[in-house]
Amino acid sequence: MSAVVTAAPLAEHPSYAALRELFAKRIVVLDGAMGSMVQTYQLSEADFRGERFKDFPHDLKGNNDLLCITKPSVIEEIHAAYFAAGADIVETNSFSATTIGMADYHLEEIVTELNHAAVACARRAARAAERATPGRKCFVAGAIGPLNRTLSMSPDVNRPDYRAVTWAQVVTAYTQQIEALIDAGADTLLVETIFDTLNSKAALFAIDEVFERRGVRLPVMVSVTITDASGRTLSGQTTEAFYNSIRHARPFSVGINCALGGRAMRPYIEELSRIAECHVTCYPNAGLPNAFGGYDETPADMAAVLREFADAGLVNLVGGCCGSTPPHIAAIAKAVQGLKPRALPNIPPALRLSGLEPLTA
Amino acid sequence: MSQSAASSFLVIGERTNITGSPKFAKALKAGDWDACLAIAKQQVESGANVIDINVDEALIDGETTMVKFLNLIAAEPDITRVPVMIDSSKWSVLEAGLQCLQGKGVVNSISLKDGEAEFLRRARLIRRYGAAAVVMAFDEQGQAATKDEKVRICTRAYRLLVDVAGFPPEDIIFDPNILTVATGIEEHNNYAVDFIEATRVIKATLPRAKVSGGLSNVSFSFRGNNPVREAIHTVFLYHAIRAGMDMAIVNAGMLGNYDEIEPALRDLVEDVILNRRPDATERLIVKADAIKAELDAAKAGGAVAAAAPVDAWRQEPAEERLKHALIKGIDQFVEQDTEEVRQNAARYPRPLDIVEGPLMDGMRVVGDLFGAGKMFLPQVVKSARVMKRAVAYLTPFMEEEKKRAAAAGESTRAQGKFLIATVKGDVHDIGKNIVGVVLACNNYEVVDLGVMVPCDKILAEARRVGADVIGLSGLITPSLDEMVHVAREMKREGFTVPLLVGGATTSLAHTAVKIAPEYPHGVVHVLDASRVVNVVSALLSPEQKPAFLADNTVRQDKQREEFAGRRSRRPLLSLADARARAPKFDWASVDIPRPEFLGTRVFTDVSVKTLLDEEFIDWAPFFSAWELHGRYPDILADEVVGAEATKLFADAKKMFARIIAENRFQPRAVLTFWPANSVGDSVEIYADESCSRVLHTFHFLRQQLDHDGGKPCLSLADYLAPKESGRVDYLGQFAVTAGPGVEKFAAEFKAANDDYNAILVQSLGDRIAEAMAEYFHKRARDLCGYGREEKLTPQEIIREKYRGIRPAPGYPACPDHRHKPQIWNLVPVEKEIGIQLTESCAMYPASSVSGFICNHPDSKYFAVGKLGKDQLEDYATRSGIPLGEHEKWLGPYLDYNPA
Repeated sequence: MSAVVTAAPLAEHPSYAALRELFAKRIVVLDGAMGSMVQTYQLSEADFRGERFKDFPHDLKGNNDLLCITKPSVIEEIHAAYFAAGADIVETNSFSATTIGMADYHLEEIVTELNHAAVACARRAARAAERATPGRKCFVAGAIGPLNRTLSMSPDVNRPDYRAVTWAQVVTAYTQQIEALIDAGADTLLVETIFDTLNSKAALFAIDEVFERRGVRLPVMVSVTITDASGRTLSGQTTEAFYNSIRHARPFSVGINCALGGRAMRPYIEELSRIAECHVTCYPNAGLPNAFGGYDETPADMAAVLREFADAGLVNLVGGCCGSTPPHIAAIAKAVQGLKPRALPNIPPALRLSGLEPLTA
Repeated sequence: MSQSAASSFLVIGERTNITGSPKFAKALKAGDWDACLAIAKQQVESGANVIDINVDEALIDGETTMVKFLNLIAAEPDITRVPVMIDSSKWSVLEAGLQCLQGKGVVNSISLKDGEAEFLRRARLIRRYGAAAVVMAFDEQGQAATKDEKVRICTRAYRLLVDVAGFPPEDIIFDPNILTVATGIEEHNNYAVDFIEATRVIKATLPRAKVSGGLSNVSFSFRGNNPVREAIHTVFLYHAIRAGMDMAIVNAGMLGNYDEIEPALRDLVEDVILNRRPDATERLIVKADAIKAELDAAKAGGAVAAAAPVDAWRQEPAEERLKHALIKGIDQFVEQDTEEVRQNAARYPRPLDIVEGPLMDGMRVVGDLFGAGKMFLPQVVKSARVMKRAVAYLTPFMEEEKKRAAAAGESTRAQGKFLIATVKGDVHDIGKNIVGVVLACNNYEVVDLGVMVPCDKILAEARRVGADVIGLSGLITPSLDEMVHVAREMKREGFTVPLLVGGATTSLAHTAVKIAPEYPHGVVHVLDASRVVNVVSALLSPEQKPAFLADNTVRQDKQREEFAGRRSRRPLLSLADARARAPKFDWASVDIPRPEFLGTRVFTDVSVKTLLDEEFIDWAPFFSAWELHGRYPDILADEVVGAEATKLFADAKKMFARIIAENRFQPRAVLTFWPANSVGDSVEIYADESCSRVLHTFHFLRQQLDHDGGKPCLSLADYLAPKESGRVDYLGQFAVTAGPGVEKFAAEFKAANDDYNAILVQSLGDRIAEAMAEYFHKRARDLCGYGREEKLTPQEIIREKYRGIRPAPGYPACPDHRHKPQIWNLVPVEKEIGIQLTESCAMYPASSVSGFICNHPDSKYFAVGKLGKDQLEDYATRSGIPLGEHEKWLGPYLDYNPA
């Protein structure tokens, strides 16, 4: 059986080499929250609508992704503030920009345009930051959120076998977003805030298909949300079980974001750091939401925790999720400056299965 | 199989394979999903590392069934914690299954049978879905039987997968086909050797690939002879694992230990498996027949117990098993384990040592977990059931011992004696039982006097048994008065032990204002069963008691002040002013539907099944009764109590199935409509629509609270057309019950020391009674016409989205329980459906509901609230019953202290 044809591996997008180089050099900094920054602008329904959706028959306030089209200056300004604070990578403002996410606003029609605009806002801010500091390299990560419909949980407890959405629908929705993000020039794709692993598997499935169609791979970053101190995703998996579920996608990085503050994430970051052959990322919330829905951790608090992670050699990328602001990112960037990034470990290959819990054969 | 298997060997459960388990096949074909799930769960519990799921059957829609079963499993953390092997001969079924797995599972299987291109396409897709793959030793020419064929096909598949499809070699699991041996056909004799030797080569030459196989095939010739099959499986695995086999699809319960097989049998089996002599098959058949004959003879003699699958915890020492059983609430083995511990007379010279040792150790863990909010009431009650069974088992031995101890002049004593009763006139049992169980768990001796216990009996028994604490329970408002009475009597008779009160109508405020002042030695209100242990342990500790009672007094003083303050802060309207604020309706235009019948109808045609099927059960109060709080159905997914709520819910559904199958409940209803008009705050019931003969007058009460913005002050009478309107209106009454079977069924469980199921049955009885009320209110609305136009879902009905109300006497809109005997006088409730009334107007059986039915389009539920003396005086005049009597019945509602 020696006459078999070897599969040609897909070409790598140029951002692969650039990001690999950056991650080899130092701990990379991601941006912070978009939502809490948008709130500071106190935008009205009219602001969200802009001229274009002035007469749109449904409420649009709260559709933050839409601001990429109707208030691009605000979004670009926020991206710029994060680059100025020291972020190497910003996430596009496209968390819900899928047909499924936009269905709530009756805006399924503009999904492609929305993702294009989201990348454009981030890219403009990146170019400006690169111009301001010659030699600096700023990256744009196409953010892919978790969807408000889940494939592994029923919304109706009386019908545990019921699903509000099908695999095919989810793959179709993600495919459209992924194509648009890549077309618009995202450097990397970030599948994030994963609370249902099956949804993320559908996103990764879609990504793999798109890559194959295009003949080129982008770095794929994956970030899961551990919902509480039980150490599990909302859909019930442990960190290792989750990683076993997605490692087939050969992610560029895997990490944890949202839901918890950094301190509470430590055991799970340690676990990922131990088992992941790729880079490890961590962008926690600024603590747990307080009674008023706000977040209490100061820039110094967050920076101290993430610095501990960096000191322990657990992470390759740090940043912030809900409640974090440019001052948080500035403090984090400063705190990890000069610290060595986690070295990629040599993990022996094995048959690693999972249900809610991992099983290595 | 500890010695025969390498520690990393994976057991893949075969029982959820339709071809491997007739039981699963039957359940699946019958659509009995609960049974299917139970099989899956049992597989995981008996140690399967992975479960194989196969639904291939001609009459089953494979894709739909696979998806449904995988989705159902996804909701069962006890099953879905392990990876799934999706097993089908149809690719479409495999792919549909892959779209349901959040974990990394295994596809079983792909092969070169359909050619290279299709093989590679599927492999690439499997990788994209993120699964591992079983690859059968099968190619375009067919199945590989010999070692060389197996190795050749597997090697070819490996190179294609790794080199062409980019498939990770560690995710390849070869199945080189375990074929049946000892068939009598000579070519088959070497099949086991072929498999074992092929495995050896594959593992040596194809890096990281694994080897698996379906084990049951090898012994197929001996079907019906499980001891021989088990021996064949064990011997086969012993050799295959040594050759490198990594996993097998097996019945985890049917694996033995190589070293424990009877040597003669083992040798014969080994001859077959290793193909060591030409007559191996014949020799094994002779032996197998002998074993079968022995087995049949033993079976006929009833001497052989079915070998139950053994859980790991069953291997622990007996003390640990008892502890485990207590914490997990497993009562299956408790008697046998208790006996085993008792046999150890060296360590436990007295049976009480077992109670105070391993049993209390277990219960202490339960108590701590419950106290820390890590265990929930349903689990605690299950643990208590185990404890009770163990103690019941030991009781005869302890009695004997006590006699000996008494002879020797010693005495033994539990932590404290707690006497509990539901007070006279009240029949409600559930809360009281729960408190009793929780205390018993904590080594208090609980004396439960039952329901409807008169004061003198409570006090006499308390004295006789030497109770350290007395607890009173009650659910209906008149019970509050009875509790005051008991407190007063305790003082008069010179009791000094603390008094605890609890139950749905009791409150911190009422206890502070009404009961505590009557008895000086501590009256404590206990909000729910989770608090009772702390309260009782504080009260029985000489060190803690003074501080606890002082603190209790401070809190009650505060309540009394607040109560006084509240009254002065919000003065009531005078009755005249309140009446002036009665809502005004344009009676000429109000829609007054005429019911299809007047008078009384009895219904016995509604079954528990109907109520369940038509979703008339309101589940939220069921969970509250078990102190699991939250909205249904969200509670099932609740972060804290979700898992326990889900288990309790499953138990409830199972119990309902049994109730239905054994026809345990006898739901009945009676419904009446009478012509009626309001006259002031009262409603006259007429014999017929001429409205000339008054059958009865119901006197209702009116809100007197000065609502903000001058909102109307409501009385039920407002919803009936006034006599002066000239229109005939109709007032309905209903009474429904789950039937006497509830208490009977609960008593059966109680007699078997199974409080968990006793309480479960009672709480389900209550749900059926409430569902009956909802169901017959719906029928009543239909009978009045407007109900037929309702387009409401069951949920909307439970949330009372319909027109009309069905207020119950004793509840906020008509708080006077004495309306019940009045209804009973109009309608032969007791005669027709067997609901009796106690002296406090509680209904017995307790799982009963009764009330009025108002059709007014604007009618809504309201609370009458606090009542002024002027209204009570008016009420006395209207009813012709003395003021003092009303003040007694309506005590909790009075806004003044009656003389």
